[in-house]
Amino acid sequence: MTLVWLILIPFIGGLLCWKAERLGEMAPRWIALGTMGLVLLITLGLWFQGEYHLPDPTASSEAARWSMEWRAAWIPRFGIEVHLALDGLSLVLIALTGFLGVLAVLCSWNEIVRRVGFFHLNLLWILGGVVGVFLAIDLFLFFFFWEMMLVPMYFLIALWGHSGSEGKTRITAATKFFIYTQASGLLMLVAILGLVFVHHANTGEYSFSYDDLRNTPLSDGLAMWLMLGFFIAFAVKLPVVPLHGWLPDAHAQAPTAGSVDLAGILLKTAAYGMLRFALPLFPEASQAFAPVAMALGLIGIFYGAVLACGQHDVKRLIAYTSISHMGFVLIGIYAGTELALQGVVMLMVAHAFSAAGLFILSGQLYERLHTRDMREMGGLWGRLGSLPGFSLCFVAASLGMPGTANFVGEFMVLFGSFAVAPWVVATASAGLVLAAIYSLLLMQRVHFGPTQNDTPLAGLDRREFFMMLGLLALVLLFGLYPQLLLNTTDAAMLEVQRLFSAADTLITTLPTGVA
Amino acid sequence: MSLFLPLTFLLPLAGTLILSLSRGRLGRADSAWVGVSSVGLAAVVTALLTWTFLASPGTYEVTLWTWISVGDFQPTIGLALDGLSLTMLGIITGVGFLIHLFAAWYMHGESGITRFYAYMNLFVFSMVLLVLGDNLLLLFLGWEGVGLCSYLLIGYYYQTAANGWAAFKAFIVTRIGDVFLAIGLFLLFRELGTLDISELLQRAPQVWAEGDATVELAALLLLGGALGKSAQLPLHTWLADAMAGPTPVSALIHAATMVTAGVYLIARLHGVFLLAPDVLYLTGVIGALTLLLAGFAALAQTDIKRVLAYSTMSQIGYMFLALGAGAFDAAIFHLMTHAFFKALLFLSAGAVIVSCHHEQDMRRLGGLWRRLPLAYAGFVVGGAALAALPLVTAGFYSKDEILFQTLLAGQGGLLLAGLIGAFLTSIYTLRLIINTFHGEMKSDNARHAEPGRGLVHGVPLVVLAILSTFLGAWITPPLEGVLLAAEETGHGALHTTLEIVAAGVALAGIALGAWLFLYRRAWLREQVAQGWGARLRTLWYTAWGLDAFFDRTLVRPYQGLVGWLRSDPIDRTGSRVAWLAGVMHRGLSRTQTGRLRWYATSMVIGATVVLLILTLGA
Repeated sequence: MTLVWLILIPFIGGLLCWKAERLGEMAPRWIALGTMGLVLLITLGLWFQGEYHLPDPTASSEAARWSMEWRAAWIPRFGIEVHLALDGLSLVLIALTGFLGVLAVLCSWNEIVRRVGFFHLNLLWILGGVVGVFLAIDLFLFFFFWEMMLVPMYFLIALWGHSGSEGKTRITAATKFFIYTQASGLLMLVAILGLVFVHHANTGEYSFSYDDLRNTPLSDGLAMWLMLGFFIAFAVKLPVVPLHGWLPDAHAQAPTAGSVDLAGILLKTAAYGMLRFALPLFPEASQAFAPVAMALGLIGIFYGAVLACGQHDVKRLIAYTSISHMGFVLIGIYAGTELALQGVVMLMVAHAFSAAGLFILSGQLYERLHTRDMREMGGLWGRLGSLPGFSLCFVAASLGMPGTANFVGEFMVLFGSFAVAPWVVATASAGLVLAAIYSLLLMQRVHFGPTQNDTPLAGLDRREFFMMLGLLALVLLFGLYPQLLLNTTDAAMLEVQRLFSAADTLITTLPTGVA
Repeated sequence: MSLFLPLTFLLPLAGTLILSLSRGRLGRADSAWVGVSSVGLAAVVTALLTWTFLASPGTYEVTLWTWISVGDFQPTIGLALDGLSLTMLGIITGVGFLIHLFAAWYMHGESGITRFYAYMNLFVFSMVLLVLGDNLLLLFLGWEGVGLCSYLLIGYYYQTAANGWAAFKAFIVTRIGDVFLAIGLFLLFRELGTLDISELLQRAPQVWAEGDATVELAALLLLGGALGKSAQLPLHTWLADAMAGPTPVSALIHAATMVTAGVYLIARLHGVFLLAPDVLYLTGVIGALTLLLAGFAALAQTDIKRVLAYSTMSQIGYMFLALGAGAFDAAIFHLMTHAFFKALLFLSAGAVIVSCHHEQDMRRLGGLWRRLPLAYAGFVVGGAALAALPLVTAGFYSKDEILFQTLLAGQGGLLLAGLIGAFLTSIYTLRLIINTFHGEMKSDNARHAEPGRGLVHGVPLVVLAILSTFLGAWITPPLEGVLLAAEETGHGALHTTLEIVAAGVALAGIALGAWLFLYRRAWLREQVAQGWGARLRTLWYTAWGLDAFFDRTLVRPYQGLVGWLRSDPIDRTGSRVAWLAGVMHRGLSRTQTGRLRWYATSMVIGATVVLLILTLGA
């Protein structure tokens, strides 16, 4: 029942926020903070109580895969259930959602002044949808939550967003975001239905259950098509170049809380989807597709990095860096070694922290300067108290400085993938130079250089300071002791790795078998 | 040992944390106290460690915790102290402490001293981890950490945009090297299954035969990392611009410690390099080329610090040359003496610069020797060591060791390059000293020079001056058991001959320099004013034009690419779909005119077409 509550709490909290607006502006904020704090606490409680670490990596049974499970019939006629389950991977990502949820509420504290209640309703419903995505293992339910998180996000951008740099309105950005993700979601629905029908043809039963569908025998061609349906849906969300068009606009024009959630969690649902569904449901097809996926990852790394260098809008710059970082994630997922997969989880969490940090900082800059255009900044180092110092730390994290969680994630991915695809890794490593270029360009253009004018600007207040300090502490903690996280996800990742490598041996042994 | 060893990096880290979390509550003096004493205490701890170590040499290991543990991938936060890392540790904390102390004098008029010491302490922390790390991933942590601190300190005076760009350039160029190093790490891990340095050195000869293509590749990649950090060809272009930082920074990072990290890396992994003789030879050749090119470049500079920067490149070239000849211990010995005399030269330069109201162009200095006796003495002693004046200086012994071992290794070409380099060194050193301290005072800044006072200013200069003489050469790095000891017995006569030749070359350089810069100034000025002389001078002044070359072949094309892609062409293509929908929408709306005649006509046409299709289809 805890799992159900994890999903329900944000939804109920959201409704309360909406209603509480009549009590004043502060009430929704505190309720939202309490709600997300509660989700975070419950998740942390589960983390400390549960046993997710794999004591003996060789022994793994199907039964012990989920640490917690909850199921109830929903539409029995089609075998659709409300089926929730938790393992190390989903736990980590839900904890992340809870934490970034708290941050999202905190960073909108002064930023949002219009329709505060409805804003928090949307914010909390996004988070509730995300938690649902991380818990659902009935494919229909997964699709339900997948679509569900889009609608409040649309409102968040459309109602509280900023207008873009080239005269694009926030409505355009919101619509673009919605159409991209909606259209790709439909492809996934088709793939899910295809899989269910094949299962029905084989067994005579309808089922959307993950465990049932996982062992559906498929012809190679069909498996590839269905896998592509999933892959494209996730690729749009990750995003993978050339399907990234929605992201810079949405990020740049969303309110800070929206950007934090987008970069921090919504992008991660895509990687989660690949790890949870695309790979385990279609291991052979994924294995065959891996070279293409890695090539797409490489393109993303370089395309995102080069475009980040050319941006004038701080938030667009950070948005493009996300594309670049997600390229590493994609490479790691399709390399499929244990080290690379664990690195992927690490990198997801690390990127959530660093991107959230940078977005919050640019939100704070915007509150003080009322611009996001870097051409109007420069020489801010001495004028903003500790904000530039924090910028430096998060910039260092985003360029993969050792000691930060980003370094651990990136290098685990690279070390882990090198055994499988040395040339891909060697090329991707060059992306580290570009990462340094865009990161330091940000510092140079915003904080260094001649001071443009001397009007004093407010430093960080206590709320802002401790928000950043907490985030930074986590970046360093996971950078120096990543085992906290790696021990939690190792069982889940080893399972993915096992499926993936089994498919590899199948493919490589196939020709000899035929001969 | 296990208690004290972590203190060497924890103390500077504590300094950084105190300074950065103080949020401006610490005054200038307090900040300086915290910054200097943290490194000073680390130096004391190092002295204790040295005492213990010398009593019973060996390798001491302290593992704090396992950093990452996934499958075979088990890098630790673990330290290893042996003779090599102890030597480096001594340089970092010892010379580092003197420089921190001097900086308290140098920076006394500057704002943001808290930030300065926070960065400096963070640098010492990273550098200590670099040399103490017992595995390559921890070494890489220190390696990147020093790069970041170097970036921050070069750009310390952030209000001048050029400083920021110099820092930017330094970071990016070294990062290119770092990427090679990272790929080298990936390769080593894949082939040997470990990143632990001692295991790595043990397994390497078991897995690879000498000259194996994989080990050559691995060594080449590691060399790439070393070239970037140590400012060797072709990744050397950042070091001269890095002089934009405060002078103590140049002394600590860009002379004594960080730039020698590449030498340390190769010496540390000498077992891998010995299996890759081609790459080892390449190391020597690159060192030789750098030492010559940088030597010529130093001849034409007008900024005191840029002369010293090129001289640093050139001296590290000697160390690479030594590594290439397999003389690892000689390279480390020269690394140590170079740290002494180059830190001395930089600090003396810092004394001149502050005394002369931040004037560092030699064309506007001159005649300072009476006004700034201590700085002058520093320059003379440091310069003598740099030029390897025979018998009395530390530089003579270490350079002689390199040349002799190169000779023994049979590397005639490298030896010749070393001798020519020694000749150049003498000339530019003399030019530096004469132009700065002799002749007439060429500006008001020089005429109104105010000599530095106080112990904080004097002690570091005096101590480093003592260490730059033959007394410093008495410190023998305890490298037995870590690096291969050179066989030097039975070559007494040969050695003496070489010493005489080397001393002759150095003295000849000094004589030529004195003749040129003291007696033939006018003639020299005429020569470089026009024709070939001017062209050569420009070529040397721009350090052989490599900066412009990279600008044209790499920077501009990249900027072009960025400009071309700025508006995200792929996204534009995607937006065509939306555009198409819009066009169709407008086209169809236009048919909705509201005129009955138009509707009737289109209905008739439509019906006709449908009928036609039906009849023809049937």
